[in-house]
Amino acid sequence: MEFIYYFGEVFTFWSFSLLLLGTIFGLILGATPGLSPTMAVALAIPFTFKLEPAQGLILLGALYTSTVAGGAVSAILLKIPGAPANIATTLDGHAMAQKGEGARALQVSFLASLFGGVIGVLLLIFLTPILAQWALAFGPSESFWVAILGVTIIGTLGGGSVVKGLLAGCIGLWLSTIGFDDILGTQRFIFHSSLSGGINIIAALIGLFAIPQVISMFAKGRQTQDMEVIDVKPHSLFKSVREVFSSVRALGIGTTVGSIIGLIPGVGGQIAGLVAYDQSKNFSPDRKRFGKGHPEGVIAAESANNAMVGPSLVPLLTLSIPGSPTAAVLLGGLIIHGIFPGPNIFRDYPAVVWPFINSMLIGQVLMCIFGLAIAGYAARIARVPPHIMAAIVLTLAIFGSYSVQTSMNDVYVMMILGVGMYFLERYGYSAAPLVLGLILGPIAEGNFVEGSMIANAQNGVATYFLMGTLNLVLILMVVASISYSVWLELRSSKTGLPS
Amino acid sequence: MKKLLAGAAIVLAAITGTAQAESHANYPDRPVMMVVSYGAGGATDFQARIVTMTAGNKDALGMPIAILNKPGAGGRVGWNWFATQAEADGYTLSAYNVPHFIAQSIKGGVEYSTDSFEPIANWGADPAVFVVAADSKFNSMADVVDFAKANPGKLTFSGAGLFVGHHIAALQLEKAADVKLAYIPNKKGGAGAMKAVVAGEVLGGVNNLSDAFRAREAGTVKILGVFDLERNSFMDDVPTMKEQGFNIDNASVNFRGVMVPKGTPQGVIEKLAATVPSMFENGRVAKRMKAGGSPMAIMNREEVQAMWAKRQATLEELLAGL
Repeated sequence: MEFIYYFGEVFTFWSFSLLLLGTIFGLILGATPGLSPTMAVALAIPFTFKLEPAQGLILLGALYTSTVAGGAVSAILLKIPGAPANIATTLDGHAMAQKGEGARALQVSFLASLFGGVIGVLLLIFLTPILAQWALAFGPSESFWVAILGVTIIGTLGGGSVVKGLLAGCIGLWLSTIGFDDILGTQRFIFHSSLSGGINIIAALIGLFAIPQVISMFAKGRQTQDMEVIDVKPHSLFKSVREVFSSVRALGIGTTVGSIIGLIPGVGGQIAGLVAYDQSKNFSPDRKRFGKGHPEGVIAAESANNAMVGPSLVPLLTLSIPGSPTAAVLLGGLIIHGIFPGPNIFRDYPAVVWPFINSMLIGQVLMCIFGLAIAGYAARIARVPPHIMAAIVLTLAIFGSYSVQTSMNDVYVMMILGVGMYFLERYGYSAAPLVLGLILGPIAEGNFVEGSMIANAQNGVATYFLMGTLNLVLILMVVASISYSVWLELRSSKTGLPS
Repeated sequence: MKKLLAGAAIVLAAITGTAQAESHANYPDRPVMMVVSYGAGGATDFQARIVTMTAGNKDALGMPIAILNKPGAGGRVGWNWFATQAEADGYTLSAYNVPHFIAQSIKGGVEYSTDSFEPIANWGADPAVFVVAADSKFNSMADVVDFAKANPGKLTFSGAGLFVGHHIAALQLEKAADVKLAYIPNKKGGAGAMKAVVAGEVLGGVNNLSDAFRAREAGTVKILGVFDLERNSFMDDVPTMKEQGFNIDNASVNFRGVMVPKGTPQGVIEKLAATVPSMFENGRVAKRMKAGGSPMAIMNREEVQAMWAKRQATLEELLAGL
């Protein structure tokens, strides 16, 4: 309970000002498409040079937590996920916003974020030694199976036909192979030098989600004379609070899945939201409402991606192993102040580490308060007429994809993928499984290649990938997930209803 | 007519010549950009930000240096861009990593070689070290090599990738000890390779001295040897490979520094070569680098040119069999 002594540190004038500043900027940066949590933290590190270590880390911690939550704003209102973590939020969140329930979606999202985030940080505080061992249990073979488990949810994710979901996933997997192979340096599908770095995930995310919308908004603007104005319903905060905390199933699944998957180095953060969304959909009695603006979808996704924040720092703080790109940037921030993470970090630097963790706890609360305060105003964005909205989204999409690596190549890739996705959507394919393929492809491939090299020096590939308790548990989960998709498809073809 | 033209040409050359000389005198009159071919937060990015933080001082360039990350494919994306697209006007610099870019250019498939760039100065040298998990039964390089001799091809050890310093060190070890080893390149770079060692996925690993130093402080690894000519001041208890009977030089040491594209005006190169090394010597820079466990090695343009040429020859020989 040592951490309680260090709460005072957070409430000094400077620390608290930095915490406020980090939270507000984090929400704004997170809500801007293309500015991912990783980038927000990287941009802030030079500012921490001038600060005391504890204060510098308070700023970074606040930024990390609030950018993750802020990503939900653009996911819900504009259907542009700020980062891969927010993909699942678009599915129901944007559908709610289109029904005029943007305020409700945002309130629900921030409250679920608060719940998941606090639980995640509490896990970090109390269970770090146990969790660190768990993180190390995931070697190449286990990480490969986790990625495959992620691939299996592709079929059920889109909400439409399983076959079309799988096809879209395959396109995503193929796109992920473009560029120099990271291990051998082989060139794959590089038809033009601008593709040599592969397809940037953030740029692809923006293109696949935003551009089809922009095109259909422009088309709509021409068809209709009178703009149909969405009636933006205000929503009482009390009702949202009751709604979130009575959705025990979605909140429980989101938080559990988020904190367990978030711990796996290199895999977690990207897919925690999607896996949690898929699971709470599968376990829900009214799974048909998912994808059409069901608050439970938002609750599961957002509680999961914030629950991930705390545990994702466990391998970083105790083993000096960054589990995610953002954690890698934070490691730089720690080292620059002469703090070397390791098993003794809590003993050697308590005056720095505890204020940092405490600030994430308080940051969650501040983030929720600010988020709720702006929710009502932000939701009014739905009243903007489609043709103006299309111009705004297009501007944000270009700005966002350019700013990822300050490169026009990413803008071209974003536009081409987006236009392609517009036509695919007209034929009933959706963007979420495609993006999932793009994200999981390199994870599955990299771990397979690494694992098979180790296996060849030991007892062969089959033993390496198919033996061991954790491998077997994961394989069983893969089989269950595939069987479930097949069963759904068979049932829907029998009854003639879409699954 | 010919005379007239020749005369005009001479006058023109004189005018443009002086104009150029004048513009170099003012260089730099706007902020300078430096490309880093690795992602934000990595060791190269992190060090590049520290060593350039005093660029805006009057006694340095007098203009700030902004870092631009162009990561991908082990640095190939950034260096390809730098060799083919960057303007050679002195306002676009790049960080280099030797032996990485030289080894990649020997392997082929990229649009650069040592002839595409002009070195300015070197700031850091991070030797490779051999690490094993803290609870490993190996306590010296002799233990490792004995195991490998008894089990050819079964000694798995990780490193940051192919055609990077760690891979070169691995090849040198195989050659010097005359054993067959199983080098496992990690897709997530040095951090991923270190995780593989700590988690027991592999029996050992080649890693950066700076990262290994921190891991040893944290109590997760043992360091068995340094792939360098001399012991390192960060860990003077760890013997070099040569001391342990393996004929290995410093070809795998990861040198980091600043370069410009070929074709950059000579005046600009001279100005940079004169000011950048002293910028690296700034006390604030040294303090930050030491706190981060990053060994510095400041070298001027001539020294870097000699080092590049030497690496080119060594690497051509080492990689010939691959």
